[in-house]
Amino acid sequence: MSYRSGSDAFLQGARMLIPLTPGVIPFGLVTGVMAVELGLSPGMSMGMTLLFYSGSAQMVALQLLHTGALPVAIVATALIINLRFVMYSASLAPHLSHLPRRWTWPVSYMLSDQAYALCHLRFSSGELGRFGPHFYAGAAVAMWLTWQLSVLAGVYLGASIPDTWSLSFAVPLSFLALLVPNVRGSATLSAAVVGGTIAVLAINLPYNLGLVTASMCGVVAGLWAERLGHKSPEPAAGDGR
Amino acid sequence: MSDWALWGLFLAVGIGTFVMRLSFVELHGRWRMPPLLSRALAYVPASVLAALVLPAVVYPNGQGAFVLANPQIPAALLAAWVAWKTRSTVLTLVVGMAALWVGKYLLG
Repeated sequence: MSYRSGSDAFLQGARMLIPLTPGVIPFGLVTGVMAVELGLSPGMSMGMTLLFYSGSAQMVALQLLHTGALPVAIVATALIINLRFVMYSASLAPHLSHLPRRWTWPVSYMLSDQAYALCHLRFSSGELGRFGPHFYAGAAVAMWLTWQLSVLAGVYLGASIPDTWSLSFAVPLSFLALLVPNVRGSATLSAAVVGGTIAVLAINLPYNLGLVTASMCGVVAGLWAERLGHKSPEPAAGDGR
Repeated sequence: MSDWALWGLFLAVGIGTFVMRLSFVELHGRWRMPPLLSRALAYVPASVLAALVLPAVVYPNGQGAFVLANPQIPAALLAAWVAWKTRSTVLTLVVGMAALWVGKYLLG
């Protein structure tokens, strides 16, 4: 369907995001709680959240700060986790790149798994018409606000949550919830099994290189399995933040 | 780490992530991604997420020491099943945390 005006499309995009918020808010809360539990001030926690705008990278960086990994390894790991944004960027580029930079830069900053998942099929089917970028911007801004506010709530709740709740286990659990929908065939399954197994075996590699090594082996395993199966990879989208 | 070092780290990740998000929107029409790279990128989420989850579940103390009585493993298996069945982040978190608490209670 086409929209009558830009603001109509923007509001519709924002509205489409609402059903996804139950998966976003707990993750944001846990991220905020973890940040203050690790001793970051509320200001630093929110500064980190604004700069990263990526829950999985932020959670991993917090975990690595906690285990005392090298700063270089932390930056490298966070950026590897965010490599998927290159893929999203390539997929959205034909629909956004004609806009002036005062629009492309902010909406690129707000690119998220959720906004991408909501928009890329609608863009490619052409149903959004000329107000497609407005629809995307609505979804992206709504997601950004949801995320920042839920982390902020977590930052202020953090101090009142006792240790015995083992809340840190919520971190691997939230990654698990993002992982499972990404496994949709033998190739992605191979990538996950190889990546996960090598990460367990390589845990004692210095400077937390195990994660980087394991991730690369997983990608190679996925490509291999794809070649063996002669199937094209399913687009991996909607894997949460 | 000092506050300044932390800000430097956050800034490095922030700028790097922004550059990746902007990359092809900015380069569109000037550079095409090699097909092998675009196929490889499709496997990044599954591989990275699994590499994050498994060690965190298997080694409950953060370090590489295997613990026999580890209630995190059954809790994570149950949570994975819930995630697969329901695709719900909330249910996965709730069931996984509840299973962990029950496991810890049973182990004393």
